Amino acid sequence: MPQKINIDQVAELARLNLKSGERAKLAADLERILTYVDQLQGINTDHVTPTSHTLALENVFRPDAVVPSKIRDAVLQHAPKSEGAYFKVPKVIGDVS
Amino acid sequence: MKPKPTGAKSAQPFKSMRDIEQVIGLEVHVQLKTESKIFCACPTRFGAEPNQNTCPICLGLPGSLPVLNALALDLAIKTGLALNCEISARIKFDRKNYFYPDLPKAYQISQYDMPVARNGHLTVEVSETGQALREKKIRITRAHLEEDAGKLLHEGIKDASWVDYNRAGVPLLEIVSEPDLRSSQEAFHYLAGLKSILQYLDVSNCNMEEGSIRCDANVSVRPKGDSKLGTKVEIKNMNSFRGVQRALDYEFKRQTGMLERGERIEQETRLWNEAKGETQGMRSKEYAHDYRYFPEPDLVPFSVSQKKISELKASLPELPRARIRRFLTDYGLSEYDAYVLVSDKSLGDYFEACVKEKANPKLASNWIQSELLGELNSRGLALSESKVPAQNLAGLIRLIENGTVSGKIAKEILPLMFETGSAAEMIVKEKGLIQMSDSKLLEELADRVIKAHPKPAHDVKTGKREALGFLVGQMMKETKGKANPKLINEILVRKLSS
Ligand SMILES: [Zn+2]
Repeated sequence: MPQKINIDQVAELARLNLKSGERAKLAADLERILTYVDQLQGINTDHVTPTSHTLALENVFRPDAVVPSKIRDAVLQHAPKSEGAYFKVPKVIGDVS
Repeated sequence: MKPKPTGAKSAQPFKSMRDIEQVIGLEVHVQLKTESKIFCACPTRFGAEPNQNTCPICLGLPGSLPVLNALALDLAIKTGLALNCEISARIKFDRKNYFYPDLPKAYQISQYDMPVARNGHLTVEVSETGQALREKKIRITRAHLEEDAGKLLHEGIKDASWVDYNRAGVPLLEIVSEPDLRSSQEAFHYLAGLKSILQYLDVSNCNMEEGSIRCDANVSVRPKGDSKLGTKVEIKNMNSFRGVQRALDYEFKRQTGMLERGERIEQETRLWNEAKGETQGMRSKEYAHDYRYFPEPDLVPFSVSQKKISELKASLPELPRARIRRFLTDYGLSEYDAYVLVSDKSLGDYFEACVKEKANPKLASNWIQSELLGELNSRGLALSESKVPAQNLAGLIRLIENGTVSGKIAKEILPLMFETGSAAEMIVKEKGLIQMSDSKLLEELADRVIKAHPKPAHDVKTGKREALGFLVGQMMKETKGKANPKLINEILVRKLSS
């Protein structure tokens, strides 16, 4: 059966470190899901409107009004790392080769 | 950022750089002018303390629910209408997934296949000094709403980056053009035209320094006449319209150079380095363009009624193109002058305020473009900070028109108006600058000047008109520039003829 899934790329995009055992199992699971989707693709949906939401609700808005949350200091305290009023993350510069 | 047709893979043979054209499409991110963010009630105000404008929603904390800001959608629809777009009857939001610390949820709420607006166009007015405007229609592919990301700080920080999420969740409208632009100059005028429309709509602050307009470019090259697109390179990180122009020029040279050397152009994203004046390849290209979009389950879909669209359409103000046409017919300005005044809404408003105060339109146009802007520039002031309001400039122009002061003296009065904030009439009175139009006094002075300079006077008499200028100059000197130049000319000519 031709592979639909490049498990290494999927793992890379999801930032997951998979062990070799997991890799094979998850690849098989995802293949099965895609095969099922293929089955669905075969159904004639010419007269069915696409559905992205199942709730019978639309046009839920809020007015453009400011309500200060005042949660910053509490959130910073719960952050894994912070520095002053900033969140601190591993260095991400180095985009330019 | 959206799926686009990918270009040809290999370099094509060509004769010379002149046979190559640049093909440019622009993606412009515009920060919409709302008080609160797009999906939460945090303020959008620029310059707050780091992370002050955050809440569980824009920080992506579990259990929080985004709700769309009604004004953000209205502003997006208005912009779509002004760009001649079709407004979608049904719109929805989607998650664009990627990992980067400026994105607290590890996805950005954006719109994938049901954007607010599509299939529009913007007519770009390409202007060159003193020439008629050249028009070019640039197609707009789509305009969609999305949330901004946070801001990362790296500089001077060891072994870490700092994040400020104040900007995360600020409403953006991404406006995507078709690859219809053919030069960096056209791209510049497209951006200027778009900015001008946004200013007239009052949907954005349009402040480049605060990042309220940002632009990415998709660029390729191909032999002129080819219909197939070359391999597309995306350029990011341009911080000004001039920066965009420079980056496109650089990229055109780089890409044509590669073709000349028979090298293959890679599809990639490059960052513009303003200081070095070059684009640089990005290291992390393996993640590019696999955003795994899917419908945002936390936001319900939206339908936009025809009634709503009509209402918003009716609320649109006069737009720059219509205003340029009106300036031509109502005020008899040249196309170029009308374009310059209209491009900046506040300048156009200032001009019309002058005309309303009975200033001659052509004089007003000239004075605003040369003297007023000159004074503002040399003082480093914006028009809004000018100490010379439109009625004061109109006052000065009226004094020129009715002969109270000469144009030369008026140019000396304007800086004083800037310094004191006084009306022109006041300064003229205080400094005794009223133009001498007393013909008896001027006649006597002319007699004296002719007597003191017999040689030039003789020259004028014998038909050497060039000498007249010298005599006029002498009279201006005697009157400290206050003599009415037209009058002294007449007097001298009369006295020296026959
Ligand atoms: Zn918030």
